[in-house]
Amino acid sequence: MLDAIINGLSGLGAGFVHIHWSNPVMIGAGCVLLYLGIKKDVEPLLLVPIGFGAILVNIPLAGLMAEEGFLRTIYDMGIATELFPLLIFIGIGAMTDFGPLLENPKIFLLGAAGQFGIFLTIGLSLIFGFSKLDAVAIGVIGACDGPTAIYVTSKFAPHLLGAVSVAAYSYMSLVPIIQPPIMRWLTTEKERRISMDRDVSPVSRRAKIVFPIMITIVGGFIAPQGLPLLGTIMLGNLMRESGAVSRLTKASENEITNIVTLLLGISIGATMDGRMFLKTQTMFILLFGFLAICLDTVCGVLFGKLMNRMSGGKINPLIGAAGISAYPMAARVVHKEGLKYDKFNFLLMHAVGANTGGQVGSVMAAAIMLSMLKGMGIIP
Amino acid sequence: MSNWEFGFTMIVVGMGGTLVVLALFATMMGLLKRVFPGEEGGPEGKQ
Repeated sequence: MLDAIINGLSGLGAGFVHIHWSNPVMIGAGCVLLYLGIKKDVEPLLLVPIGFGAILVNIPLAGLMAEEGFLRTIYDMGIATELFPLLIFIGIGAMTDFGPLLENPKIFLLGAAGQFGIFLTIGLSLIFGFSKLDAVAIGVIGACDGPTAIYVTSKFAPHLLGAVSVAAYSYMSLVPIIQPPIMRWLTTEKERRISMDRDVSPVSRRAKIVFPIMITIVGGFIAPQGLPLLGTIMLGNLMRESGAVSRLTKASENEITNIVTLLLGISIGATMDGRMFLKTQTMFILLFGFLAICLDTVCGVLFGKLMNRMSGGKINPLIGAAGISAYPMAARVVHKEGLKYDKFNFLLMHAVGANTGGQVGSVMAAAIMLSMLKGMGIIP
Repeated sequence: MSNWEFGFTMIVVGMGGTLVVLALFATMMGLLKRVFPGEEGGPEGKQ
């Protein structure tokens, strides 16, 4: 009887006995993410479930990520299958108005320049000894696009998923801090004051409906490996613009996106087991992710300057910084920066156009990257 | 394939490919606007 009681008691507090030094560190990191999400309002929809997931997975013996553990089940169901990021993409497509981009199609090019950081960071990661697929996963942080980063990383470097996801979402929320100094460094005050006219022709509803269909077909044929990403965002947008399936559009924007965001966040947090997460490699990933977003901004602004020259000074180079996928944050940053130098200079709609171009650009850059990997025989 | 070869290919083809594809999209969108013009201030233009 006494033995049974002692044995029973020995099971209590077993977590303390089996603790590894990395567990309390990661529980602390989880608490920091919760603090940022709850108190500082930094991407709370993601950082709260990620932070809590990180706490859960660092409590020893709970077995949440063991075979048939509940977090493992969610992970296998939605991350390992790449389903969650794609479902979120339908919601993003349903929420995005490509109208400002369609009004002025040439600013689509800024959405390409804003992705150059991805490829430059891949090169940098390779120089620092990362494997090819790890370098691709690190570079994709520069897409400034959480679902794309998660999709690519879960496919090719699942062991980096926690670090890449946290880096992608953290830096996205830091865009208002990261971008302005680079924008000011690369432009003159005269350039920042350039006012852009909205001498653009209106866009018909038919054009808005045909746009996602056309982009899907052409983009899909060019880079078929990325069609899941491109197809889902364009499906969401087609539902929005057609107006024929408002119930599905609303469900994609709200219920589906909310549920999937919760499951995605908690299962990403579950990949942050201290024993696997606390490595020098993680520090490099966070550093390179930061560099990727800086390089995106540099390339975007420089391309904006090039377009400024080619257009005879009509384009404000600041909008080049909005050619990343962090929507609509990057557009707001550009608008605010423009207002600092001329309070009547409203760059918002132009920046929104470049920003939505960046959304398509990030998806297309990832699609091209995946198709290149396939073409080079690096992935099956 | 060496890391150098891979990295160089990714940078050149990746950046170039993204730029060319988005330029193609921009051209297609320009054509789309011509085929389906929106009327200034009209109901379609306001969509």
